Amino acid sequence: MNQPILEVKNISKTLGGKLILDDVSLSLNRGELKVLIGPSGGGKSTLLQCIHYLINPDKGDVLLEGRSAAEMGRRNICAFRQEIGMIFQDFNLFDHLNAENNVAVALRKVKGLTKEAALKRARQELERVGLADKATLYPAQLSGGQKQRVSIARALAMDPKVMLLDEPTSALDPELIGEVLNVIVDLSKSGMTMLMATHQIGFARHLTSEIIFMERGGIAEAGPPSVLLAEGSCSRTADFCSKLTELLGKNG
Amino acid sequence: MADFSWSTVVYILGGVGMTSVLIISAMLIGLAIGTVMASVQVYGPAWSGRMVSLYVWFFRGVPILVLMFLFHFGLAGLVEEAYLYFFKTRLRIPPLASAITVLGLCSAAYQSQIFRGAMQSIPAGQLKAAKALGMSGPQAVRVIILPQVFRISIPAWSNEYSIMLKDSAIAFVIGVSEIMSRFKAVATTTHRHLLMYILAGALYFILTWIGVKLLAALYNKIRTPGLAETGPSN
Repeated sequence: MNQPILEVKNISKTLGGKLILDDVSLSLNRGELKVLIGPSGGGKSTLLQCIHYLINPDKGDVLLEGRSAAEMGRRNICAFRQEIGMIFQDFNLFDHLNAENNVAVALRKVKGLTKEAALKRARQELERVGLADKATLYPAQLSGGQKQRVSIARALAMDPKVMLLDEPTSALDPELIGEVLNVIVDLSKSGMTMLMATHQIGFARHLTSEIIFMERGGIAEAGPPSVLLAEGSCSRTADFCSKLTELLGKNG
Repeated sequence: MADFSWSTVVYILGGVGMTSVLIISAMLIGLAIGTVMASVQVYGPAWSGRMVSLYVWFFRGVPILVLMFLFHFGLAGLVEEAYLYFFKTRLRIPPLASAITVLGLCSAAYQSQIFRGAMQSIPAGQLKAAKALGMSGPQAVRVIILPQVFRISIPAWSNEYSIMLKDSAIAFVIGVSEIMSRFKAVATTTHRHLLMYILAGALYFILTWIGVKLLAALYNKIRTPGLAETGPSN
């Protein structure tokens, strides 16, 4: 019965003549949080966008609850994307809409809710990320951490089955990282299935079931943090993480 | 000053009405076509972008006076003959229709470049985020990108309005009874050339001023809080 909710099968992608993803496969079970780490340019971001079909992979397939994205037409891909939430490093809020309308706009235009119903749902989601009092502020009036929480609320409002997070805290000032991580911890505890690219390894190791180390477009190694990050494991992951820790301090 | 009667004022105001119809229609045509062309140029395939830039180069490179003659005496004549041939009745394309067409197509070229610049200034991530929420590409442009584009385009658009208003005087040469042609008529009958053309200039100046002020007020009313704290300086 434990069929994976999301399966990524043999995805390859070449961009600008350079092989960015080379035959990458992974799977996520319901309620699982997996973490992608690795050096910049290793393909993490491209992988997440290929899973979402924001970038069409050259080869391979993505299966959501057994349904193949590669076999969907363009119209169905829009519905497929709706079921997968995406959080970007630089938030990508819609600048001309206030927080509640950022959340409500897709509910109205994609899900066809009335304005009142969409705004009601939007306020609920904003409350869930602790921003009930900021609903009428515009992105330019919010801090980075608040913007990222709005973007999480926006994704959650679509009732996604899986969330993909592309370095959600990398663009934030250190003192704002905590508020976003807290939201992610709550989400994980509530049973949301997530795949997150992050450098916040200290945070991730306690939550994740598996660390996937990506380098040069492929998965270099993968395993539970207790194995990969064990003292003296000599894994590529442990080596990378110790460098991160040296640079950023214990909580980095 | 007996010759400068109320009927003259009413006659001139009729010209203001005619000029208003002309430039409002032309700017709306330009807005509609320009929006589509800018979207195609920024988000469409490369070949369609090249078609648009060809169009823009054509209207940028040919004087409006030439275009007026070309459309009204050349193309409009062709259309009239074709109409007679197919429908066996006469169609007369009024000068106003030709002038609206020329100014509209010309404005479309310029407006497309205003909107194109505005589109390129909006972070590409927003389009990606809209698609990630399940919107199709065209829907994302319509719902997310264009409302922002129109807001930030208003200052440049008010510039386009002032140019368009003054260009509209050229419609006089194909027989549109707008402001310039009416002042010319009054000047000819009263022989008060200096006064009439000073008044004509002043009237265009006032109409420009009113339009630009209205657009500045609109810009301040609908601009996004927190973004671009200052409005256009004019």
